[in-house]
Amino acid sequence: MVNLIINGKDVKAREDMMVLEAARMAGFDIPTLCAHESVSRSGACRLCVVEIKKGNRTRIVTSCLYPIEEGLVVETNTARVQNVRRLVMELLLARCPEADVLKKMAAEMGIESQPRFVADTDKGKCILCRSCVRVCDEVVGVSAIGLFARGSHKNVGTPFMEQSDVCIGCGACVYVCPTGHIEMTSTGDKRKIWGRTFKMQACEKCGKHFAPVDQLKYISKKTGVPVKEMAICMDCR
Amino acid sequence: MKILDDALALRQIQDSLRKNYDPTKKLVTICAGTGCRGYGCISVKEELEAEIKKQNMNVEVRATGCFGFCEKGPLVVIHPEKIFYQQVKVKDVPEIISKTVAHGEILEKLLYRDPDTKETVLKEEDVPFYKKQHRLVFGQNGMIDPSRLDDYLAIDGYSALAKALTEMTPEDVISEVKKAGLRGRGGGGFHAGVKWEGCRKAHGSHKYVIGNGDEGDPGAYMDRSLMEGNPHSVIEGMIIGAYAIGANEGYIYVRNEYPLAVMNLSLAINSAKEAGLLGKKILGTDFSFDIHINKGGGAFVCGESSALFASIEGRAGEPRAKYIHAVEKGLWDKPTVLNNVETWANVPVIINKGADWYASIGTEGSKGTKIFSLVGKINNTGLIEVPMGMTLREIIYGMGGGIPGGRKFKAVQTGGPSGGCIPESLLDLPVDFDKLYEVGSMMGSGGMIVMDDKSCMVDVAKYFLAFLQEESCGKCVPCREGVRRMREILEDICAGRGKEGDVELLEHLSTGVADGSLCALGGSAPNPVLSTIKYFREEYDAHIKNKRCPAGVCKALITYSIDPEKCTGCTLCSRVCPVEAISGEKKKPHKIDIDKCTRCGACIESCKFDAITVE
Repeated sequence: MVNLIINGKDVKAREDMMVLEAARMAGFDIPTLCAHESVSRSGACRLCVVEIKKGNRTRIVTSCLYPIEEGLVVETNTARVQNVRRLVMELLLARCPEADVLKKMAAEMGIESQPRFVADTDKGKCILCRSCVRVCDEVVGVSAIGLFARGSHKNVGTPFMEQSDVCIGCGACVYVCPTGHIEMTSTGDKRKIWGRTFKMQACEKCGKHFAPVDQLKYISKKTGVPVKEMAICMDCR
Repeated sequence: MKILDDALALRQIQDSLRKNYDPTKKLVTICAGTGCRGYGCISVKEELEAEIKKQNMNVEVRATGCFGFCEKGPLVVIHPEKIFYQQVKVKDVPEIISKTVAHGEILEKLLYRDPDTKETVLKEEDVPFYKKQHRLVFGQNGMIDPSRLDDYLAIDGYSALAKALTEMTPEDVISEVKKAGLRGRGGGGFHAGVKWEGCRKAHGSHKYVIGNGDEGDPGAYMDRSLMEGNPHSVIEGMIIGAYAIGANEGYIYVRNEYPLAVMNLSLAINSAKEAGLLGKKILGTDFSFDIHINKGGGAFVCGESSALFASIEGRAGEPRAKYIHAVEKGLWDKPTVLNNVETWANVPVIINKGADWYASIGTEGSKGTKIFSLVGKINNTGLIEVPMGMTLREIIYGMGGGIPGGRKFKAVQTGGPSGGCIPESLLDLPVDFDKLYEVGSMMGSGGMIVMDDKSCMVDVAKYFLAFLQEESCGKCVPCREGVRRMREILEDICAGRGKEGDVELLEHLSTGVADGSLCALGGSAPNPVLSTIKYFREEYDAHIKNKRCPAGVCKALITYSIDPEKCTGCTLCSRVCPVEAISGEKKKPHKIDIDKCTRCGACIESCKFDAITVE
């Protein structure tokens, strides 16, 4: 176990924890957008910043990536920390004015949109947290989507924004997206996502369309379980 | 070349080569850096060789690395007298050979002429541009043909490597570099010896050293000239560093836009390998080390260490959090030392001359010399190498020769796009890592962009933020979105849409962007804004409150008019105006139709009577 001080409180935490986990365990709330339990962390959103003190030096770090260490002094809510979080929220509100998740979060933090920023109209609700890219790579294992371009042109999508041959239509990206940016529509035996329409498998028992055929084929290939055995929905299993 | 299997063999070959490089022998050197190549130096070189042949002489013409005085290229030096000819053209060549080379006769027209005293200067070392330089690292550029290992060996090249491998332990090398006080030349200014020591102590059998040659600052080209002009000095430094930390593999990350640097580095690596100076069992010792070249794809951010690692690893060049240092987990998560190529080139100097000697140069906190690229509104554009602690005034007025056209100095931007703009009141500032930081700028890799009174500081801040917005990797929110919003506000101010409170908002955004960004690109991106606000606040106020651009740059805020007293009606301006906005009869004062005028400035450039004013 490692001893550290968070907001003046002595905290004991497991060596492998990041400051974020240690702080939350000790009862301190730290807002996050891009730290999703299913995927590795990138430190992209910068909402989880905290101030750490080592010797006479204090600095701002992202708590989701900073490994705890013996004697570390952490402050999770200083003026400097609030300033960064406020900026991040103002910037994201201007980028994604339609994102309810952000509006709600900002309201809870007492942050309003910065009137001097002209709201974007072309970014949808995407904050480029890259959770979708990571889940597709790390959990699903197909890497159907990725990030492309640089700086303020950065975007997420399938290669060349064309229909992806490797996408299995599983919707994991939709599930991890914190703002609801990724569109997935299902009607009848069809599911549409990332510009491609997938045929859905009907449950052999209840007839409900429960998963894309391509997803079942992919799972079958990975696990060796025949597709036929998976043609029954979760409810009927 | 035969394989040099011990230090003695190296010494012997150096001795024999030195005989061929007799300093009393006739020799013509010509700068063949990228700048002089742009001026056409290769044709001059070919003409020199052809003319020597024609006149039946036996004189070597050596195309060398960059001499630094780019303003006056192509540059030619006649040895052994060291007669310095500038702006040499093909048509000058026959005379150079028949008069100067053959008979030592001086061609006055090709000598450098001091613009103040109007006197000519004979030798390179007496030209004011060179006089106060201390060219530890850059000095050999003008003597060696970078494509030949022999040239480097003849000036005692690889002696430092032999000394390190045969007379010093790795710990000795580290302690020497620490004692010398060598700090990273790429911008960070971190103590190289401390970094090496951390990496030596790090666990892991496979370690890497990397030479960072991804120079991308607008107007900066000292690393390029070093890699082009003296690639072996970089390589020798890296081999010594690798020996010190216990690495067997290294990379030089060099911009693909630097084809000559890539070529000369590749030639140097190959010839060093052939000579047993690189590869397995270097100089017959048990130490093996190899260097690969990795060409960068043109992203500025890849100069940042963790983005550079990602790029070598084949991933998108995005930085990552560096809470675990690169000396423990760097390239492919292995202990890695990354230093700028100029830092590496300092290492052989330190080993050869000793830490005490090296540390006697410079200031208390910054030792040795630094190469700066002096560009912008400056008479003597070029590369200079000076001891740390030289004042900006000495650099800009002494070596740089001041501001062209008799205009007034306004500011100098140091440290690249995310450096700061330093005003005239601080011209006596001694230039070192700490002093530049104290005034809100930084050393960076050594770019110095000089601006005169015709530069608008808000426009300058806008330019640099636009550069950084384009070059941000886009990973983290404060840099990707924050720099963009700051640039938008600056654009508004320049377009006359600035609002009261914008300056305070910019300052506020700056602290958040600096504190919140993932890497140093975002962390230092607000510097151009903060430093121009700090030193040129009145210009921001003039733009925002009075809708005026005092420097006459921001098009939305200026109008052109013709002073009828001064206008002679020569009609030149009306002929150069691309939108036919100027009208008037011959020999009578002309007028500008401000609705048609696009404020392109062509009329001002053309007017010989100073009759066109901008307000």
